[in-house]
Order: sequence, then C-alpha cells, then structure tokens
Amino acid sequence: MTAIEVNDVRKIYRRYGRRRHFGTLKSALLTGRFLRDLRPDDVLEALKGVSFNVEAGRTFGIIGRNGSGKSTMLKLIAGIGKPTSGTVKVRGRISALIELGAGFHPEISGRENVFINGMMLGLTKRAIADRFDEIVSFAELEEFIDAPVKTYSSGMYMRLGFAVAINVDPDVLLVDEVLAVGDQGFTHKCLDKFAEFRRRGRTVLIVTHSLDMVTRFCDEALWLDSGRPRAQGDPQRVIDAYLGEVARSEQETQPAVAQALTREVAIVSTKLLGSDGLPASAIVSGDRVSIAASLRAQRPVNDVVISFAIFNADGVRCCAMHTSGGEGPGIELDGEGTISCVIDRLDLVAGSYTMDLTAHRQDGTLYDESHRCTFTVTSRTRDSGVFNPSHRWAFAGGFKTAGAADPSETRPVS
Amino acid sequence: MLSNLRTLFGYRALIQSLVVRDLKARYRGSVLGFLWSFVNPLLLLLVYSFVFLVMPTTRTTVAGEASYPVLMFCGLLPWAWFSSSLLESATVLVSGGNLIRKVLFPAEVLPLVTVIAGLVNFCLGLPILFGFIVYFGVPIVWLDLLWLPVIVMVQLMLTLGLALLFSVLTVHFRDLRDLLANVLTLWFFATPILYKLSNVAALSPKARDVMMLNPFAQLAVAYQQVLYEPGSFTGWGYLLAVGVASMLVLIFGYFVFDRLRDTLAEAV
Repeated sequence: MTAIEVNDVRKIYRRYGRRRHFGTLKSALLTGRFLRDLRPDDVLEALKGVSFNVEAGRTFGIIGRNGSGKSTMLKLIAGIGKPTSGTVKVRGRISALIELGAGFHPEISGRENVFINGMMLGLTKRAIADRFDEIVSFAELEEFIDAPVKTYSSGMYMRLGFAVAINVDPDVLLVDEVLAVGDQGFTHKCLDKFAEFRRRGRTVLIVTHSLDMVTRFCDEALWLDSGRPRAQGDPQRVIDAYLGEVARSEQETQPAVAQALTREVAIVSTKLLGSDGLPASAIVSGDRVSIAASLRAQRPVNDVVISFAIFNADGVRCCAMHTSGGEGPGIELDGEGTISCVIDRLDLVAGSYTMDLTAHRQDGTLYDESHRCTFTVTSRTRDSGVFNPSHRWAFAGGFKTAGAADPSETRPVS
Repeated sequence: MLSNLRTLFGYRALIQSLVVRDLKARYRGSVLGFLWSFVNPLLLLLVYSFVFLVMPTTRTTVAGEASYPVLMFCGLLPWAWFSSSLLESATVLVSGGNLIRKVLFPAEVLPLVTVIAGLVNFCLGLPILFGFIVYFGVPIVWLDLLWLPVIVMVQLMLTLGLALLFSVLTVHFRDLRDLLANVLTLWFFATPILYKLSNVAALSPKARDVMMLNPFAQLAVAYQQVLYEPGSFTGWGYLLAVGVASMLVLIFGYFVFDRLRDTLAEAV
C-alpha cells in the first residue's frame, strides 16, 4: 500500500517587490490598480514536477542542497500549503516535525502547553492525558513541567516539542532536520524512537543534510536538485551520485589557487590508475590502485616531500601518505620527474572519495597542490564505516547459514 | 466549506483550551491577575463618566439622568468585546504566523479564539453591570432579559464575521490594522453608546435614520432597551434584520477567509 503519493507536483512561489510589500492597500486604492498590483514581480519555481511514491512502512529520505525544494516538498506533504499543480495524497494521520514547539505560549506552564500543542497536532484531550507521563519523561522535564515555558532553556523547549510531536503516534511521520535538539543521550533517544516507528510499520519521511542518517535509516532516498528529482532509489547509490555532483561543482567554483603557492615545484598531472594500469574513476574495493604524478621544479630543490590523502564523502581523512614517511630528509628534484605510489589493496568501503596530492617543503611550506581526483569505490558487500578490511567468516557446529538447505553444504562466506 | 466546519468542530477542545490559555496568559504576572477582567471595564467606565459627567465642555444632554453610568455601561461592555476582538483579530494571524507556517491546523481557530475570549470577558463584566443596575435602582424586567442571549448571539455572529474578514485581509494588507483602530474610534462615537438614539432623533430625525444603518447601533439600542429601559423593548424586528445581516457578514467573512486560506502560509 502506498502511504504517500506525490504526482507531478509543482510549486510556484510568488515574489513581490519591496515597494509593494509595504503599503499595498494604499497604492491599490489610490491608483486603482488593485489587480495589477497584486500581480507578482517575479516567480520562483521551487518544485518543477516531482513525482514519487512511498510505500507504507518504509523510511524515505530526501536529500539535496539548500534551496533544492526539500522543505517545500515536506510542507506540501504535511498539508501546509497546496501545490500549484499536481497532487499529493497521504494515507493516515500525519505528524510533522517541522518546527518543534511551534505554538508554545511562553506565559503558561509546560503542562498546559503539552495539552494545547497535542491538540493542535490532532490528539484528543484524553489521549494526551493518557500519554502525558510518557511525554514528560521522554522530554526529561519532570521537575519543570509546571513552570512557565518562558523559563525553559532552548534545549528544554525543543525536547518538550519533540516529545509531544513524536507521541502523536502518527501513521506518517515527517521529519525536517530537527534532531540537533539535545545532548547525545537525547539524540539517541530520538533515533531509537524512529527505529521503533519503523519496527511498528509506520512510514517515515526525512528531509536532512545528514547523509549518514539517510544511509542508516532510510530504505529509499530521493535527491532533489533545484526542484527536480535527480535520482531515486537505494540510499547509498543516490548519496554517491549526489556527492559526486557536489564535488564536481565545488571543483568548478573553486578559486584557481586559494593559498599563496610558491610553485617552485609544480604538479603537472595527477592520476589514479586502476589495477590494469589505466586511469580509473571507479574501482572495486580491495583492488590494487596506484597514484601517479609528474612534477616539475623551476630550479633544483632538495627538500621536496610529496604526500597525498584520501577523503571520504563526509570529509573524513581515510589515509594520508608521505614520501618521507613523515620524517627524514626530503627528495631532490631537478627538472621534471614522475612518481608513483602503489597501494596493493585499497580496502575502502563503497562510496565516493577524493584524493589530494601536494608537494611541500620539509617544514610544510606548500610548493603546489593538485586538483582533486574524484573516484568512486564499489563493493560486492554492503559494508559501512570507513574501511573494509579483507575478511572471511567461518561457521562450525550448529550454525546454519541462510540459503543452505543442508548444514553439511555450508559454504564459507567471504 | 461544510467539511471545513466539520474539521473545525473537531478542534473544539483545542478552541476551548486556547480560550482558557488566552485569558490566563493575558493577566499572568500582574498583581490583580484575573480581577483585571472586572477592573478594566470599571476603569473604562470611570474615564467616560469623568468626560461626560464632570468635564464641563463635553457634558452631554443626557447627563441629567441619575443612572447615566448604567446607560454607558450597557453599551461600553459589548463595545469593548466588539472592538478588542476586531483589533486583536487583525494581528492574530500575523503574530501566530509561526503556527500557520509550521503546524497543520485550521487557521480560523485563531480569530475564533480571540472573539470567544472577548465573549468570556464580556460575560465576566455582566455581574458588574447588574451590580450597577441594582445600585442605581434601575428596574429589572425578567421577560426583557430573555432577549439578552439573543442579542449576544447576534453580536457574536457580527463580530466573528468581521474578525474573520479582517484577520485574513490584514495578512495581505498590513495597513488595515492601523486603519481599523481609527475606524473603530469613529464607529464608537457614531454608535449610541454614550448617548441614546432618542437624543439624536430629537435633534435630527434624518441623522437617526442614517445611524440605524449601522448594525452595531441596532445592537447598542437593543442592549439599552433591555437593560436600561426595561419594558420598552420593541426592537425585535430590527434585531431580526441585524441578525440576518450579521449572518450574511459571517458567511461572507468565512467565505473570504476560506478563499484566502491557502495564501496564508506564504504571506504571514
């Protein structure tokens, strides 16, 4: 069964000029151009025809850059605002975690606010009374629940808002980047709550910049790019495609040289070579790769250190290698030279990576840095983390591996 | 529109809680607290009594009547409900913008709550009014008092209709808020609250006819006849006309609100 059905949705926001924003009535009445003045100066098409379905019980993530229409999409699904064209259908009760504690009144107690907020989200008074203790203990506000909300810290405020919204017990939960509301412990509690939702077969739709959350929680992901769907499907695949695009556009917009480079030693080219010795942009985890670079010195130097580092999509430095091993004297270079570094097994998990190569002095002064090489790693297994060491499993005794009818036929799984 | 009303009915518990919250929050942190609901109309009465009974330049022709404060109070109390509801409605959607943009719930709840909170304040003022009536020895005719709930109902419809209209229009034309404040002042003096309609009729019958086009004038006269001049209530024909007109205002206000509902989330 489909829980959310989005069909060719477009959303156009009208933008009015500054002049008309103020004193509209006066100008409308005085000049009599009522209808003309109501016409927008400019339109902004936030969504340009988006369609997708979310099956009931699935967790669906929407990713994309700022201004790509993610939050607009979420609001349309929540029913706050109507699409300009197209249809949005949602089955079941919706709860939207768009802004926590929206509608709390500062002057009255937390207790009264819980009731009012809960009713705004569609609960009956009795239902709130039944869940009240659960809400308060989830928010960890037992001592303060009768104090006016204006005395709460922002964390307390958010926690209470979250606790109410999550306890509405919706069939469809919409989440807009709201998990940065508490300490680690509270965040874990929220994530546990999401997991519980999934177990109970509820549908969850998450809009987030935290790609990690999408990989961990979502069954499916959608990448929106300036109002258009770019990719949809397996979260890892969608995220890789998204990151590839981000890296590409970053490269394009990067200023030529950010830092003052001496360029006494220039990196002429950098290549990543696959196991067949040819330049590669996609490699399989565990393959042999080599990094090849050619450099040119304007005058003979004797203190060159060449190093490279591989970063994953989250910007984590997965490894960094130096020609000097971090110590010892530099290398001499006169004129042009090439170097290569062979990595016998590149045991990275599947994902997209960038490689940076730099040439610098012993003291760290940069000679030159290369443009980044972007490459993707694919893997036959679905591991996560940073690296994927070569490994094998062994089973003995009463273990029975999935798919094997006869325990005696148990194969070692690599 | 009907399904909207049904949804709204589903939110009645919320409306009730919001009214209570409104009343509670209004006087939170003040020394007199809830007593302000009683003190406010009294002070208002004091101000007008000073202006129209003491100040020599503005003393009115009716000032001769010993129970003049009762007359004023009959009109002031409903007017306070009417004008504060409209003024607050004009800002309620803008100040509740966070809710409208972030939470899915029928926006008409907000002006509705404002008007109902005003009604509750009005009802809290009634005991004071009756205290005045008893103090000044104005006779009470119980049969006339039966009309009071009808008049209140008519005023509720009128106030609600205008509140819906102004609340949603102010979102698009913020100028209305300031305009409304001044229009209401004019409206107040053009309504027989500080004087009686018969005073006007004695001076100029034509002016009286024009004034009767003002729906609130009809209401004020009805309040005066029921509470101040018991036994004289003859205005049920007028009341019916105002009732029908108020109903139309309410339907029109709700219609406009409904039409502009989808623009709210973007415009507030």
